[in-house]
Formats: sequence, C-alpha cells, structure tokens
Amino acid sequence: MPSLLAQAEPLFINLDSVLFVGLPYAAIVLFLYATIRRYVSSKFSYSSYSSQFLENRKLFYASAPWHFGIIALFFGHLLGFLIPREILWWNSVPARLYVIELSALIFAILALVGLVAALHRRATSPRIRVVTSKMDIVILLLLLVQVVDGIWIALFHRWGSSWFAGIMAPYLWSLFKFSPDITAVREMPFAIKLHVVGAFVILAVFPFTRLVHLLVLPLSYLWRLPQQVIWNRDRRAKQP
Amino acid sequence: MDVRAQVSMVFHLDKCIGCHTCSISCKNIWTDRRGTEYMWFNNVETKPGTGYPTQWENQDKYKGGWEAKGGTVKLRSTSKAKYLPNIFHHPHMPTMDDYYEPWTYRYDNLFNAPAGDDQPIARAVSMVTGEPMEIKAGPNWDDDLGGSPIYASNDVNLKGLPEETRQQLSALERLVFFYFPRICNHCLNPACVASCPSGALYKRGEDGIVLINQKVCRAWRSCVAACPYKKTYFNWSTGKSEKCLLCYPRLETGQAPACFHSCVGRIRYLGLLFYDADRIKEVASLPDDKIVEGQRDLILDPFDPEVIAGAKKNGMTDEFIEYAQRSPVYKFVKVWKIALPPHLEYRTMPMLFYVPPLLPVLGSTDNDIYSSKTKPEEVFHKFDEMRIPMEYMANLFSVGNVDLMKYTLKKLMAVRVFKRAQTVGDIEMATALEALHAADTTEEEAEAIYRMTSLPTFSQRFVIPPLHREMAVEAYKDPADFKKSVGFGFTEAPKRGL
Repeated sequence: MPSLLAQAEPLFINLDSVLFVGLPYAAIVLFLYATIRRYVSSKFSYSSYSSQFLENRKLFYASAPWHFGIIALFFGHLLGFLIPREILWWNSVPARLYVIELSALIFAILALVGLVAALHRRATSPRIRVVTSKMDIVILLLLLVQVVDGIWIALFHRWGSSWFAGIMAPYLWSLFKFSPDITAVREMPFAIKLHVVGAFVILAVFPFTRLVHLLVLPLSYLWRLPQQVIWNRDRRAKQP
Repeated sequence: MDVRAQVSMVFHLDKCIGCHTCSISCKNIWTDRRGTEYMWFNNVETKPGTGYPTQWENQDKYKGGWEAKGGTVKLRSTSKAKYLPNIFHHPHMPTMDDYYEPWTYRYDNLFNAPAGDDQPIARAVSMVTGEPMEIKAGPNWDDDLGGSPIYASNDVNLKGLPEETRQQLSALERLVFFYFPRICNHCLNPACVASCPSGALYKRGEDGIVLINQKVCRAWRSCVAACPYKKTYFNWSTGKSEKCLLCYPRLETGQAPACFHSCVGRIRYLGLLFYDADRIKEVASLPDDKIVEGQRDLILDPFDPEVIAGAKKNGMTDEFIEYAQRSPVYKFVKVWKIALPPHLEYRTMPMLFYVPPLLPVLGSTDNDIYSSKTKPEEVFHKFDEMRIPMEYMANLFSVGNVDLMKYTLKKLMAVRVFKRAQTVGDIEMATALEALHAADTTEEEAEAIYRMTSLPTFSQRFVIPPLHREMAVEAYKDPADFKKSVGFGFTEAPKRGL
C-alpha cells in the first residue's frame, strides 16, 4: 500500500500538480463553459456596466490608465507566448531589453494606478457603491494582487521578458498540447508561481464578472455602415 | 426612390397648456423602474429655459448630432478612429448631475416618528443611494420661468440675439413663455444609431421607430453622447441605454402612444409620412439655409402614382397607403407648411414637427401701459414687436431662418383673422381675405387648418394603420418560440449582472 501511494503522489497529491496542471485545465474548462452558457442564456447580462453616468471625474483616472496599461501588458504576455524565439532575439541586445522591460513596467504602473483609483472610487463614491456587486470587488482585488505581484516580479526577478520566453512559454504550450510539463515552473520563486496561479484564477472567475465585456469588444463598428434599418417583414414578400 | 413610411407626430404648441400629463403617463408605463427614475422619455420644457438635461441644446458642451463637413456629415461625438480609445471613458458623456438626482421622500416617517415636540417631516432621500439629499434640480426645474435670471437667460437659443432684446425678455411687462413637449424624434439620420459601437440601435423599416436592442447594448454610452436631443438615456442600474419607443407595443395593437392619448390640450397629431430613403444623406448634408426646405422635399406626396408604386414595392399595403393619404402630419408639414422640425441644424433629420406658438403678439406696452389695442388686421406689422423675438423662434425651429418662421406664423395669424371676421365680425372680411392672400393661403386652406386645429376628433388626430404584427413577426416565427416570453420578448430578468 505505501508504495502505491508513493507512486500516486506526484500526480494527485502534489500541490504543484494541482496548481499548475489541475487548476489551469479546470479554469479553462470553466471559462469556456460559463462564458458560452452566459452568452446563450443571459445575453442581457453581457455588458461593461459602465458607471460613468453616476461618476465621471474619478472614473477617468481609474478607467483610462487601467485599460491602456493592462491592454499593453496583455499583448506583451501574448507575444511572449506566441513568439518566444523572436523575443529572445530582440532581448539579445541589452538596450533593446531595457526598452521592453521599462515600457512594460510603465504600463504596469499605469494599470496599478488605475486599479487603486478604481478601488478608491468604489469605496468613496456613494452612488458607485450602489452599483458595486460582490464580484466587482472580488475581481478588482484579484487584479490588484496580480498587478502588484507582476510589478514585484518585474523588479526583483529580472528579466521577465527573457525568462518568460524561455520558461513560461514552453510551460503554457505544454498545457495547450495536453502534455503538461511543470518541471521548470515548480522550481520558480513564490512570486512567479503566485502570478501563474493568479492568472488562472482570474480566468476561472472571468465569466462570472463584468470582465465578459471584453469578449464583446465592438470591433465591427470599424466597418459597418452608419445607419441600421431592420425590417420585421420581408419587404418584398407578397401581400395577402 | 426608396419609399419608406415613418410614424410621425405634430405638436401644436399653441394648444399646449404645460400640464405634464404626457410626461406622467409615459413615466407610469415605461420609466418607473430602478435605474430609470431620472428618465423622461417625454418631458415638457418651458421656453425660454435651459431644459432637461440642463442646456441640452448646447452642442459645444454635449457634442451631440452631426456636422456638415466637405459635402457630407460627420458625428460630433465619435468616429471610427476615436471610438476605441474613448471607449474606456467617453469624453462627452453627460452624467446624472446634468439631468438631476432622482429623489423620493421618507413618507413613513410622518406616521412612524416617535412622539416629540416637533412635527415629523418627510425628508428627501436619493432614489440612487437612499441617503438624505438636498434637492438641487429636477426635470422641469425652470417650469413657468421659475428662476428665470438663471435659467431663461441661459437658453441656448438666445445666442446671437442683441443684448437689448435679451434684456426685454426678462422685463416684467414683456414676460413670455411657451411649452415645448419633447420625445424622441425618431430621426431619419439618427446620430444614436450611427454612434453605437455594438450596433444595438436600429430604425424599424416599416414605421421608422428607433429602438435599442437591450440584449446587444453593452453600455458603451455612445448613443447618449451622440443624440443632440439627449433622448437616449443610460439606465444606471441595468447598464443599458433606453429610449422612447413611440409606444410601439401600443401602436401595434391599435392604441395611441401614452403621451398622445393622455394629452389634455389635444395638441398631438400622429400620422404617416412617406420619405425617400435614398436621399437622406444628401439632404442631411445641405447647408443650413436649405436644409428645412430640403427635408420637406424628402417627404413624398402619397397621392403621386410613382410614390404609391414605390411604397407597394417596399411591401406597403393599399390600406397603409390610404392612411398615409389621410395623415394629418402630412397636411401640417407638407401641404400647409406650418409645422417645423426642432433644431434641424443637428442634421439628424428629426421626424417630429412643431406648429410654433403665436404667443401674445398683440399685447405690448405703450408708454408703460399695457396695451392690447392693436387691431388684429395690423398684426402682420407687429411681428417685429413680438414679445418673443422671431430670431429665437427661428433658432429653435427653422435653423435660424427668420423668413420661414415669419411665413409660418403669418399663416397661423391669417387663419385667426379670417375666422374672427367670419364668427365675430369685428374685422372686415375683405381685410381678412387680404390677410389670407398675404399669408400665402386660401379660404379653403384656412378653414381646413382651423378645423384640424380646433375641432379634430380623435380619429382625425390619430391616423395610424394597423401595423399588422401578425403578418410580420408572428407569421414567420414559431409561436412556441415565444411561449413564455413577456414584454420585450424574452423572459430574462433585466437585472444588473449575472
């Protein structure tokens, strides 16, 4: 019996396996299932739930820096995942590495400023409190932890853009190829592990929060005609 | 030619008594829910005044509507280049403070307050936060010129008027105002529709009603900023925009819209207008001095065989065409030319029209003594002495075109002179006929205007054909799909969040 348990341990009991294999898959499945289900059964709830109407000035200092910061960071991470070799090549010249690291840090600070401003706004504006749900607070705090942790990593575990391409990109790819390889990730410092776990936790709660608005980003406005006319009746249909 | 129909309304402002019954009946049906307390799909403003939301006509501030640029029109508030960077914080979004914070009173305190030395009071509490609040504004805060030095004198339509004329407006002996009921104009070139990034807004082909699909709206807030009339509203609770729906569920069941039906002064007329959808953009791009006439040209003659053929091509029934021929709106706007659209310079092509009020053109002061001695037949000479400046009326209804406003008011006055000669007899008939001639009208037309203004029955004011929903949506859809549906067509509760 003891020998059997010892064999099973790395797969089922090991915390790293749970966090870096179990959690990611669970999060992805939950994300896909719940977003689709919400879109089908509760389309009305797909909204950005803007509260600009109730409070305008503080929103600017919260929403604008947060969005510009996090969008840049999102695409930065995405590039590290999609084209790790090119990122490593780019970083081979120190000056170019500093450009990428410094701009990432600036965007991260922008995002942090936005988040803090958003939390402050939610806490201090009586009108905004009325339209604040539990999930709004949950997601704001999760994002705050994630961004602070990200800044910590950028400052104390340098240089993230390089080791992300070398370590995290293969790990993420291994997840997508259904042959998870956590040998490198499990050796990472705590802050980085927390960042990975945080990302999948955010993915898991995503469909239950207002974050769904980024799935319905209205890009079609770029090419649609200004006016829209909808006919209830087929207008060329034969009249009785 | 692409012949389409528009359900269109005329407001006869001389008949409006400013009772707000329309606003209340609308509110009771549509906007008494959480998040909509501050919305008035129908509101009545006192003019001169700043209106609701405050100074909504000030497009330097709100950036509503379109501007003509290089032979075409462009939205003031957004564009394909700007909408994405501005999506996180809309720079031109009005806030609740531009409207007012809705409130109620703690009435229960009147009954439940513990015994004490003072009378209990019902404190005002915000309907948003539930906290006690100080009331600072309301939807008709400047009703009947209340607080005029602050409100009436800041009316945007007074722009360009000489200081002397502005001063006269607040002189006690010359005080003057009229009521301006406003609903969504169900425009032909709606800025709200054109601005919506999600494409949630649309115009219905059959009747021209502009609606918001509540399931597609994602709270990007563009429509609120883009509508120059500020008639799309943001529901702060559900996070969706809402607007006047011209009571389409009532129209589809043969009932008049709530505002129309409850109108005490019977100032409203509802009928069809046919228009040429191919020329909307061209007309919307016309220069300011041609656009009012341009819009009249856009409205088609429902008796013209070519128009009838076009209407049939677009699926309109004979019944529909017959109703369009009897439309009171068509007569007011196109035949008699006495109804004008509000602020056509915003270029949204509003399809609601106003018969401008005559107001007390006769009364004025003579050596500081109030006088109404002016004989009615002299009235045409008195237009320049109208208590309300002609330029003001022109800024509101005819894109600053004073001649057009004079033409309209002259005709309305001529009808009065003619009827007075006929029924009271203190004016010579010859003088009256001369007045009719001078006002570009005839005895028959004057009689028709008089009858439609003073003696119309409900069925003459409300000329809307059955909209045959049973032959439109229901005919092509499985009724089982809608078995549990209510209201807007889906059972999902319109609540905030998941």
